[in-house]
Amino acid sequence: MKRLLSGNEAMAWGAWEAGVVFAAGYPGTPATEILENIARRKEVDAHWAANEKVAFEEVMGAAIGGVRALVAVKHVGLNVAADSFMVFPYAGTNAGFVVISSDDPGAYSSQNEQDNRYFAKFGKVPLLEPSDAQECHDLIVKAFDISEQFKTPVMLRTTMRINHTKCLVEVGERQEREKKQYHRDPTKWSVPNYCRSLRPILEEKQHELAAYSESFEGNFVELNSDEVGIITSGICYCYAKEAMPDASFFKLGMTYPLPKQKIIDFCERFEKVYIVEEGEPFLEEQIRAFGVTNVVGKELFTNVLDLSPDLVAKGLLGTEVKGDFSKEIGILTRPPQLCVGCSHRGVFFTLRKLDVLATGDIGCYSLGSQPPFSAQHTIFCMGAGIANAFGFEKAGTKDVVSLIGDSTFIHAGIPPLIDMVYNKSKGTVIILDNDTTGMTGHQEHPSSGRTLKGEEAKELNIEQLCKVIGVEYVKQVDPYNLDETEKTIREAMAFPGAAVVIAKRPCLLMRGERNKKRIPYVVNDECVGCGVCYQIDCPALSEGPDGLAVIDAISCAGCGMCASLCPTRAIVLSASDRGLKGC
Amino acid sequence: MLTQMSSETKNVLFAGVGGQGAMLASEILALVAVEAGYDIKQTEVHGAAQRGGAVASHVRYGERVHSPVIRRGEADLLVAFEKLEALRYAHYLRDGAHIVVNDEEVEPAKLDKSRLYPREGVDFLKSKGFKVIVVPATKKAIELGNHRVASTVLLGVASGLLNLKQESWEKVLEKRILPHLLDINRRAFALGLELAK
Repeated sequence: MKRLLSGNEAMAWGAWEAGVVFAAGYPGTPATEILENIARRKEVDAHWAANEKVAFEEVMGAAIGGVRALVAVKHVGLNVAADSFMVFPYAGTNAGFVVISSDDPGAYSSQNEQDNRYFAKFGKVPLLEPSDAQECHDLIVKAFDISEQFKTPVMLRTTMRINHTKCLVEVGERQEREKKQYHRDPTKWSVPNYCRSLRPILEEKQHELAAYSESFEGNFVELNSDEVGIITSGICYCYAKEAMPDASFFKLGMTYPLPKQKIIDFCERFEKVYIVEEGEPFLEEQIRAFGVTNVVGKELFTNVLDLSPDLVAKGLLGTEVKGDFSKEIGILTRPPQLCVGCSHRGVFFTLRKLDVLATGDIGCYSLGSQPPFSAQHTIFCMGAGIANAFGFEKAGTKDVVSLIGDSTFIHAGIPPLIDMVYNKSKGTVIILDNDTTGMTGHQEHPSSGRTLKGEEAKELNIEQLCKVIGVEYVKQVDPYNLDETEKTIREAMAFPGAAVVIAKRPCLLMRGERNKKRIPYVVNDECVGCGVCYQIDCPALSEGPDGLAVIDAISCAGCGMCASLCPTRAIVLSASDRGLKGC
Repeated sequence: MLTQMSSETKNVLFAGVGGQGAMLASEILALVAVEAGYDIKQTEVHGAAQRGGAVASHVRYGERVHSPVIRRGEADLLVAFEKLEALRYAHYLRDGAHIVVNDEEVEPAKLDKSRLYPREGVDFLKSKGFKVIVVPATKKAIELGNHRVASTVLLGVASGLLNLKQESWEKVLEKRILPHLLDINRRAFALGLELAK
C-alpha cells in the first residue's frame, strides 16, 4: 500500500511497524510531528517529556527494560540529552533503541546550524541517513534491527528538507515483538563502575559495525558514467540525481561507520569523485582519512546554510544560480511577527517603555527582539535567559529582567531559578505563560493539563512551584492589562530578592481558543489621529488615508490593548460579534 | 494551457503569507497528482514562518521525481496568495510561465519603515513576460461567505492550467475538506475554474 507521507509521518509509521512500544520527545521543529503521529497509534505509549534529556533517559529505561523504544528530537534537543547519549553506548541496549535527530540546515526554525552526524561518531553510535520519506520508513525499521543485532543505540539523522517533504511511501503492517528479558547485571548497566571494562567492548563493536556497513544494502552503488563519480547521502542524493542523472553514484544510507573498502574501490574507478553533502565535511573528512586523494567536496559545496538543487548543480556543473528580481524592484522581506492578539505584545510594549535589559529565551517571544519592539536583547538556547540575567547582575548591570515561556521554563528554567534564590539574586523573571508550547504548533506540556495522547493530566502550578523554590515575590498578571503589567513589573524589579511575574493568557491560535467568538474593536468619530495606539504595533491596526486609525475587522482579535492606550476613547467594541471558524 | 504532460516533471510553486492556506492548497494538488498516478514530491518550510512570515510550498510531479525543491527558472506555474509573494518567488518560473495571483496586498511587518510596498508588482511581472492572471480570490471568497476559501478559488484557477482530471480534484476535495465546509469549497473551486476560462 502506497501513501503520500512526509518524512516525519513515514518515520512514525516505520517505528510503529517495527513494534515500538514507547516513544518520547520534546517539541522542536523540524521533528515535532514524529511524536504527534506515532501518538495516534493505540499500540504505542507516547508522551512529551519535560525536556529531551528526560525523554532520552525514559526511552533508555524502556529499551533496557525489554521493549523497542524511540526518542525523537531536533538537533539542539540532542545537546540537552548529550550526557546520556555519550554514556549509553558503553552499556549498549537490550531491546531496540533509536534516537532520531532532526537537523535544521539553514536554521529556518532554530538558533544555530549543527551537523549532528558528528554526535554519532563522537558517541560511537551507528548512524543512518534517509534521502526521502520512503527511506525514512525503511531505515527506521532497519535501525531497530541493527540496534538489537549489535546491542547498541542507533541514530537516525534527518534534515529539515527530509522531515518536511512528502512522497509516496510503501508502508506495511505492525509486527509485535516479544519483550526481551532484562537481567540485573551491574557490570553491564552501571557504567561508571565498570567503564574501564566496557570501553574495549564498545571499541570492538565499532569494528563489527564497520564490517556490517560494507554489506549494508542502504549503502549502494549506481554505476552509470565512468567519468563522474559522486558520493552522497541524505537530501543531497536527490539534488545531485537531478543535476547529474547520468553520473555514477555511491549513495550512503549508513554514514557511520562508513564502508571504507567499498568507498576506496568506488573512488578508484574515477579520475575525480565529488562528495556532495549538506553541512559540514563529515563524509569528506573520513574519506580523506582513508587515504583517498581524488575527491573534491566542500570547496564546491558550501557548509554555510542549506544546499539546494541549484547550489548542487553549481558545484557539479558550474551553472549560475538565477537571482531574484530584487535588483529591479523592491521586494520587502516578510519576517514572522507576533500574531494579532498575542499576549506577549503586552509584555514587550511594557519592557520597551521601561527600557530595561531583557535576556530572552526560545519561543514565539523571540520575536520581541526585532523591530518594532527590540525589547529583548540576548537569546541563546532553552533556559539560558534566566541564568544570563543573573550573570549580568554579577557584572553590575542594573535593571535586568529575564523572559521565558511556560514550556521552556519547565524544560530548562527551573534549575537557574533555584540558583537565583539560593545564591541571593535580586533579579526578575517574567514567565510568558500562554498555556502551550506555541512556536512548534501548540503541544501539550506539564502545566497545560493535557498529554500528547489527549488525556487529562495533573496540571503543574507554576506559581506554587516558584513559591516552593523560595521566590518571595510571585505575582500573576494579565498582559492585556497594560497598566497592571507595568505596575507589577516595576514592583518586581524593586523587590529586594528574586522575583517572578507570570504574564498569563492562553495563545489565541491553540485548540479551544482558535474558534472562540471574538468581538472586534472599531474606531469611532472620537479619533483625532494622534497615533498613540500605534505604539502597540498590532498588525490589525493602521493609519487610514484620512490620517485616522483603522482596525481590520477580519483580523482584530478583540484584545483591547490598543483601546486602553487611546486618550480620546475612540477605540470601542463593535456592536456585532462574529464567529471565527476554521477552514 | 500548459504543455501536455508526458514523462516531463511538472513544477508548481505555492507562495503566500503564513495562515493564508498555501500549505493546504499545495497538499491538495499533491494528492490530485497521486490520484493521477504520478510520482510526486512536495516540500515546504514551516516553523517560524507560521507567524505571519512568507511561506512557500513546492509540488513536483512526473514519472520519477528526485529533488523535492524546484530549481530556479524551472517552475511551470506560481500560485501566489498575495502580490508581494508573487514577486518574491517569480524567479523560480520558466520564461513566459503562468502566475495566478490573488488580488490582495498584505503589508509585511517592517523592519525598515522607509521601504514601501511595491504597488506596481503585477505590471512588473507582466513586463518580464510572465502570463499573470490576477484573481479577486479573497473578494469572491467573502461573497461566498468565508474569506478562508480564497485558497480554493485560487486552486480552481490553477486547476484550469494544469492537465489533471477534474474528477481527481473533486475526489481529493471531498477526501481532504471537512464535511461541513465541503459545499462552500466546491463552489469556490468551481468559481476559480470558471475564472480561468
